[in-house]
Amino acid sequence: MTAQVDDELWSAIGDPSRRRVLDLLVSNGEVSASWLAGRVPVSRQAVSKHLVVLEQAGLISRRKQGREVLYHVQAGRLDQATRAMADLAAQWDGRLATIKRLAEAAHAENKRRQA
Amino acid sequence: MVMARYRWLQLERGSEHTGRERKLMAGLVIAREVLIEAPAEVVWRTITEPDQMSQWFADRVDLVIEPGAHGYMGFGDQGGPVVVETVDPPTRFSFRWNHPRGEEPVAGNSMLVEFTLTPEGEERTRLRVTESGHELRDWPDAEKQRYADEHQEGWAEYLDRLAAVLAKGQQG
Repeated sequence: MTAQVDDELWSAIGDPSRRRVLDLLVSNGEVSASWLAGRVPVSRQAVSKHLVVLEQAGLISRRKQGREVLYHVQAGRLDQATRAMADLAAQWDGRLATIKRLAEAAHAENKRRQA
Repeated sequence: MVMARYRWLQLERGSEHTGRERKLMAGLVIAREVLIEAPAEVVWRTITEPDQMSQWFADRVDLVIEPGAHGYMGFGDQGGPVVVETVDPPTRFSFRWNHPRGEEPVAGNSMLVEFTLTPEGEERTRLRVTESGHELRDWPDAEKQRYADEHQEGWAEYLDRLAAVLAKGQQG
């Protein structure tokens, strides 16, 4: 996995409109751009642009059905993002655990001195 | 590890790609908390004193704990500028990081790390940390509020939830 790819991924999910689009795709399966446009507070053109960005980031794919283009989520890519976030959460959990250990040791030491 | 690389990419880009759009994560990224068996004053010293910070955070911490103070945090051979935002002992401490070198960190070009200490009795403190990215600046206020209500969760929770819904859908 390259840094470039990560950057595209975070940038793609970082935009609130695109998160809304992802939410909708995840809960509704395959849908069209016009269906999405009625449910996101931006213009139809903006929705099309967001779909392009999400597709470039590998988060969604398109499929033609008759005259319609339907979009769906790429589960593998989403899973990759989920794991990266779990790493970040684990980093903070590790830091909080160290803070807990340091503070509790300092508190015990203070009490020992007072006694 | 993925995130660590992402982080420092942001810092490097500050000088090398000044013209390029900054790509930071939006909204609340992470929210974690821990219950500590110590008074808030003791926890406060642990999270704000530089010699303590170097034990749980960066390898090298050059920072004065005053609002607006500029400092540096080193992680091995990497590191970057940090600016203190809120110092409200013993309940709130926050700083911004991951902004481009040479720029003042503001909402939009940096990540905000915020610690909140809540005493629970005399010898117990709930410590919460959040890390958040740029705000939803381009959205109408009503939409911002709606989005904030719907996305109280951090990114980890957001992605977990998406993945769970997706897994359920694939089974059914």
